[in-house]
Amino acid sequence: MLIFTLRRLSLFIFTMLVLTLLSFSLSFLFPGDSIINISGAINATPAQLIEIEKHYHTESNIFWQYITYLHNIVNGELGISMASQSDIATEVLNLLPATIELSLVALFIAMFVGIPLGFIAAIKHNKTTDNIIVSVSMLGYSIPVFWLGILAILTFSINLGWLPSAGQISLLFEIELITGIQFIDILLSDSPYKWQAFSDATAHIILPACVIAVAPATIFIRLARTSMIEVLETSYIRAANAKGLTFRQMIFRHAIRNALIQIIRHVGLQFANLVTIAMVTEVIFSWPGIGRWLIESIYQRDYTAIQSGLLVLSCFIFIVHILTDFIYAALNPLARGNKYGS
Amino acid sequence: MTLMNKIKVNLLACLSLFALSACYDESTVSLDEHSVIYCAEGSPETFNPQLVTSGTTIDATSNQLYDRLLSYQGKENTLTPAIAKAWHVTKNGKKITFYLRKNVAFHQTEYFTPSRFLNADDIIFSFNRILNKNHPFHYVSGGDYPFFQNIEFNSLVEKIEKINDHTVRFHLTHPDNSFLANLATDYAVILSAEYAEQLSKQQRKSNIDTDPIGTGPFKLKEYRIGSFIRYYRHEQYWREPVKIEQLVFDITPSNTGRLTKLLAKECDISAYPIAHNKIGENKSLTLESITALNVGYFGFNIKKPPFDNKLVRQAVSYAINKKVLLDTVYKGKAVLAKSILPNTSWAFDDTIPTHEFNPVLAKSLLNTAGFPQGFTMDLWAMPVQRPYNPNAITMAKLIQADLNDIGIKVNIVSYEWNTFLNRLKLGEHQSFLLGWSADHPDPDNFFSPMLSCSASNTGSNTTFWCNQEYDDIIQKALQTTDLSQRKKFYSQAMKIIEEEIPLIPIAHSKRYQARNKEITGDILAAFGGINFYHIDKNKKTPLSAKSNNAVKVAQPNVGEN
Repeated sequence: MLIFTLRRLSLFIFTMLVLTLLSFSLSFLFPGDSIINISGAINATPAQLIEIEKHYHTESNIFWQYITYLHNIVNGELGISMASQSDIATEVLNLLPATIELSLVALFIAMFVGIPLGFIAAIKHNKTTDNIIVSVSMLGYSIPVFWLGILAILTFSINLGWLPSAGQISLLFEIELITGIQFIDILLSDSPYKWQAFSDATAHIILPACVIAVAPATIFIRLARTSMIEVLETSYIRAANAKGLTFRQMIFRHAIRNALIQIIRHVGLQFANLVTIAMVTEVIFSWPGIGRWLIESIYQRDYTAIQSGLLVLSCFIFIVHILTDFIYAALNPLARGNKYGS
Repeated sequence: MTLMNKIKVNLLACLSLFALSACYDESTVSLDEHSVIYCAEGSPETFNPQLVTSGTTIDATSNQLYDRLLSYQGKENTLTPAIAKAWHVTKNGKKITFYLRKNVAFHQTEYFTPSRFLNADDIIFSFNRILNKNHPFHYVSGGDYPFFQNIEFNSLVEKIEKINDHTVRFHLTHPDNSFLANLATDYAVILSAEYAEQLSKQQRKSNIDTDPIGTGPFKLKEYRIGSFIRYYRHEQYWREPVKIEQLVFDITPSNTGRLTKLLAKECDISAYPIAHNKIGENKSLTLESITALNVGYFGFNIKKPPFDNKLVRQAVSYAINKKVLLDTVYKGKAVLAKSILPNTSWAFDDTIPTHEFNPVLAKSLLNTAGFPQGFTMDLWAMPVQRPYNPNAITMAKLIQADLNDIGIKVNIVSYEWNTFLNRLKLGEHQSFLLGWSADHPDPDNFFSPMLSCSASNTGSNTTFWCNQEYDDIIQKALQTTDLSQRKKFYSQAMKIIEEEIPLIPIAHSKRYQARNKEITGDILAAFGGINFYHIDKNKKTPLSAKSNNAVKVAQPNVGEN
């Protein structure tokens, strides 16, 4: 397990190095002065600019500039936003939790809906139920998320009036920012309207989370179906069947556990996909997360924010990826032997 | 550890509650019942109206956070006491004394606790900041006070004198009838001198305009740029406090975003709504509009041929199809202008004839004037969007097409906004598209600055039309106190304009607002910013007779065209 951890760690470090190299080179590739692109100080006076140049070591060679850049990142200095002139690291720290919250809720919805449906499809392999589930999942996968989002708002917010269409919580509630994860902050707050706020926040997260969950859920359906079909054809299932175990015992004790392990491997992969969908969804539902912020930065040509935003987001996805690898390894002893990162 | 425990306990409690349908604490009243959310179209630039002329900023700050010495009241827009409980003007009109109320409290917030009620020092501070270039706060936010610069406040006010703690006297260099009206506008707000002193000591002078302290019905709780403004009720307000506890400005620049939030009940009130039909269909929503005190017009340079000829001007006036301009440029959000004065003004006279669209008559007038072949002219179109003209270039193109039909070729000219105005003042143009927004409701605010001889000398009347008869009439109107007599004078003035056509009035734009029927009380005003002082929320009474009445009251100015 130690070797496994070290391998993952070195993979993480090297990937991050490549990513920082990429984001560092972006400041030269974007139009404009590279020092302004990297620091975001568009309104700096000449005197301030000299100060900034000194800070980023622009007089030394490109390698030292890169090392300085790395040093700044490690110290949490991501520059200031060109558009709002506020500190990017603070903005990211305020926004990232909202995205994490939304993505996690969406991931759980996708798993809780997708995996059982996939198993049902596998058990009823080649029967009507299977066909219906597979066709519906195909349909769900094909719907573009921006269209689905707008459709959901039109149906559930405007026509039925059941759920709100924008934001994380009604503006009426004053919730102090502690962790950034809205639900935890609500529970920690002393507001007399705590429970109203909690149910309001729940109502706000349902629509966007469900919209995000649709595409990953259909993938989970297919993954769960394939892996269950595989497991059902293995010899130990046949042996269990021959021993006279009931169908329930066979599925719940043996098949599901083994099938799940295969799926968990893919959760990490799916998460990257899910975050991409979440970024678009955040724009549609005005969710105050990092995806919306990043897309707005792209519109405003805020190069400093784009650079740092990409770095933070990819770093976050990579960490989730590694975490799921660990879970997979913990559940499946066979995986620990894997010599190379996948 | 304790944190984690707290989370766990709370989470458990909520989950169990959640299982019982909803996480409601039945003992507390719903927050929603005494809060109102207003979907605004943009963020304010500052929280001090003295510094701006932008409508968005005035809407968000002026009437909510501050009070003025005087205010307007009623349909006639008469001046009424506000912070000043009474005032006195000397016979020569050069000394104006204000007697202040004694119980006017400033906001108490997280950043300031007032130790005294409002007194003469606050009045002197607020105006000296604008007047005196050496005042410690004059240059704090750039030193620009556009409204006061426009009315030449500095050359008008000689000094402000403190008689005693609750009496101040303004000494003017010359008498000015509009002085009191100007003090009642949204810009002439009263700030706290004590707060300024505190900020000076703390070396945070610029906070006076970002963390505002006023005497208004609401106080600032929290502001997040581009996101929201949260106001709380000012409990010690000198009038009766507002009925709602919390007012939130949800800043939603997207038109569709505001519509969605309105339809999904996420906002109670929406500024500048789109899809008026959709809102009209919805039973729980109501659409209201008010004709703003402004006018968009097509002006001629009287000094340049061929527009020195009255017949040519009349011909052009008959050749333009104003209905099409209204539908295309204003998208129907305006009323047809019959004269320069909006029909909502008390001085408006319905009997004034208007020039209907009539290309045949136009053509024959052009023949009589000696231009049977037509001619070529320049039309200057303003480059910016203004409430009185949302798209002058499009309007110019439509006019171009209309005039082409009677043989007049039009070249459309446009410059950058400041250059445009400067060149207009120099009289380089032949004709132009421009407009006028009133600063205060007195009808003279239209007649004098737009078309008088003195205005043509100072360059604010860029038609350079100067008619002695017209000038005499508006002067007489200013000196008369009898309203019906004044109305007669203004009616004569409008007849002269209609006959002489120095400019063609096109439209008075309307301002729209949509709201949930639960919200009662007037918000919109014909001039100046919106005001939330009168609003209330009747959550429990769905569509009662009471709220229906209020809605009707709120719609007296829906124009008919």
